[in-house]
Amino acid sequence: MAPPASGSPIVSLRGVAKTFGTGTVALDGLDLDVREGEFLSLLGPSGCGKSSALRIVAGLSEPSRGIVEWRGGRDLGSNARDNLGFVFQEPTLMPWATVFGNVFLPLKLAGVDKAAAAPRVTEALAYVGLADFAKAYPRELSGGMKMRVSIARALVTQPRVLLMDEPFAALDEITRFKLNDDLLALWRRLDMTVVFVTHSVFESVFLSQRVVVMTARPGRIHTELAIETAERDGRFRTSAMYAAYCRLTSEALGQAIDAHAEAAA
Amino acid sequence: MSEVLTAGEARERILRILLPAVVFVLIVIAWDLVVRINDIPPYILPSPGLVVATLFDDWPILSTSLFATLETTFEGLALAIVGGVGLAVLFNQSRLIEHSLYPYAVILQVTPVVAIAPLLLIYLPQQAAVLACAWIVAFFPVLANTTLGLNSVDHNLADLFRMYGASRWRVLWELKLPAALPNMLAGLKIAGGLSLIGAVVAEIAAGSAGAGSGLAYRIAESGYRLNIPRMFAALLLLSIVGIVIFLLLSMFSHLMLRRWHESATVRER
Ligand SMILES: Nc1ncnc2c1ncn2[C@@H]1O[C@H](COP(=O)(O)OP(=O)(O)O)[C@@H](O)[C@H]1O
Ligand SMILES: [Mg+2]
Repeated sequence: MAPPASGSPIVSLRGVAKTFGTGTVALDGLDLDVREGEFLSLLGPSGCGKSSALRIVAGLSEPSRGIVEWRGGRDLGSNARDNLGFVFQEPTLMPWATVFGNVFLPLKLAGVDKAAAAPRVTEALAYVGLADFAKAYPRELSGGMKMRVSIARALVTQPRVLLMDEPFAALDEITRFKLNDDLLALWRRLDMTVVFVTHSVFESVFLSQRVVVMTARPGRIHTELAIETAERDGRFRTSAMYAAYCRLTSEALGQAIDAHAEAAA
Repeated sequence: MSEVLTAGEARERILRILLPAVVFVLIVIAWDLVVRINDIPPYILPSPGLVVATLFDDWPILSTSLFATLETTFEGLALAIVGGVGLAVLFNQSRLIEHSLYPYAVILQVTPVVAIAPLLLIYLPQQAAVLACAWIVAFFPVLANTTLGLNSVDHNLADLFRMYGASRWRVLWELKLPAALPNMLAGLKIAGGLSLIGAVVAEIAAGSAGAGSGLAYRIAESGYRLNIPRMFAALLLLSIVGIVIFLLLSMFSHLMLRRWHESATVRER
């Protein structure tokens, strides 16, 4: 596995601030480099601005101050910004469309006709293990399966960057572990960059090469940790190393919240 | 989805049909007895048997009226759908139009149609006036419900459409309208009954003018002529029309939504 520092930045946030019309300052002075090919977690307490940051990266929301800079567009021939996948905390499926219809959506909106899209949709469904469910409607699926459909929809355009906003937070632990494993396998296989927002120390340590710890609102980066391990599997999850990384990360998160409380006092 | 009924649910279902039927039969018997025992003349209260007999005897006249009323009701409903959905989409696309016109839609709705009908009858040909009444009462529930549906689109889904560069037109067509469908159909179910009411009100208002031919006109006319059995027969037909419209629209709504909407799910307990 590539060491975290190897990739060059694919997108950089510089001094990004976000103030909502309500007066809420969600982010203030956020600096973040996302490196090509890495699995990055954004870890922070609820309400610290993680979703706001991810939405700004996705272009769904404009920063009030600061800049979002995409790199490598020209060199690589295609702009990574134009090929993003986004997965929300909720599956966010269209209930009136079948699983196929939901996964087809991004291609359909890009003007790909159904016949040409079908193999790609089928492939994306196969990635998430739902090849047999193309004709099902969302309400016939379990929570975990809906989330898989949501991931397939994000993958169908073969995105360079996959943005995920606490995608597994609403799922039970067994389902979450399975989806964590499958997500890692997909990340390795599809050669993409993943930015994964979570408030779970355990999930961030298990999944990512780099954990970026954010302070409480207004969110900015407190510190970052590199999680270096040869394998991320069931054994890693129960290893002493995993426990040690989790403790380190927990401490960092605790400091992030305390330091912030002092600064505010 | 296949439905598996337990013995309890099957009994429940039979009771729900059987009980109202028993009540109906009891009422008809009581009505008949009251008329017989007190020897009430038909021009005061006809017996149920006489009402049914009149329905058959006067079928040529009544059926013509039935079709006239049905035509008005369905035309009114069709225009209400076009007008209600059309306005809702227009309002959804343009704040300017919404703010300019919405108050007038509300005013049309809150002004009792009984009061509007005589005016319309002065300025419009009778058939157009009746149709206008049916439309006025029926379009608002379609408009209000469709508007609600169009505005209750999942924000994240809307963001997703935006991220993938969907045009306004596609957002409307592929996201907002499908999302609004359940509300639209709920509005339609209400509008069906209201359209019939609008048609009836206008026919009654036109009754004195005497040029009408619908069922409500027939009721008014029979009243003047003291043909009470025919009044009852026409009334019976009107109720049946109302029930059939409601059942048809409920069935239509169920068929449209049964694949995907929660409201169509039969849940076992
Ligand atoms: N659209 C919005 N309008 C107003 N306030 C918002 C909006 N979105 C988020 N916020 C506020 O900004 C803060 C950060 O929210 P968010 O980015 O969702 O945090 P997180 O994802 O870390 O839980 C919260 O206090 C939230 O209430
Ligand atoms: Mg969030």
